[in-house]
Amino acid sequence: MKLKIALFGIAKEIVGSSVLDLDTPDQQSVAGLIDQLRAHYPALRELTSFAVAVNSDYATDDYQLQERDEVALIPPVSGG
Amino acid sequence: MQIELTDQPIDVAAVLASVQDDGAGAVNTFIGTVRNQSTGRRVVRLDYEAYDSMALKQMRRVAEQAQEKWPMLRQIAVTHRKGRLEIGDVAVVVAVSTPHRADSFAACQYIIDTIKEVVPIWKKEEYEDGSVWVAAHP
Repeated sequence: MKLKIALFGIAKEIVGSSVLDLDTPDQQSVAGLIDQLRAHYPALRELTSFAVAVNSDYATDDYQLQERDEVALIPPVSGG
Repeated sequence: MQIELTDQPIDVAAVLASVQDDGAGAVNTFIGTVRNQSTGRRVVRLDYEAYDSMALKQMRRVAEQAQEKWPMLRQIAVTHRKGRLEIGDVAVVVAVSTPHRADSFAACQYIIDTIKEVVPIWKKEEYEDGSVWVAAHP
């Protein structure tokens, strides 16, 4: 399936775009997506952490992604 | 409950006015401002980036959690700024009102502490000789 992934902050700089169109296996979990992204973009491994958000909520590692999901990478937040 | 994300200067007095409540004997406010140094480097300005829809949703959820923990909360207001901020600018305002003061201190601190942990907003510090996304690297 094709996922559209929104990128922010340092993740946007690492990938070089604010949106990433990614081909992933049809049965892809959040953990699998993180592995796939770290393989494509090794600089993501150097971050303190990064989370995946699905439909504006933090997603657990075992969540099975759907093509219609609104997916975003969430590098370490620093608001306030 | 008033939750806002804005790229315009925050009107602190308006946020305070929004938590005014005849049943409240205490209003507590946290105002986060841009300071001129960070880990020994001179900061020139900050750039805040937000994932708007999620940031609003998470800020609202934090306020709802506070309301559950402190059921006596009368009003809650959170306004976060995004975009380019200069030294001294207000980045975030949290205001709460409660019948008595102890709860207002506790609830206000809980809200700002939790916002800093979960809300998808990112701060880039600009120095005279470079810039860094805060907290990105260990």
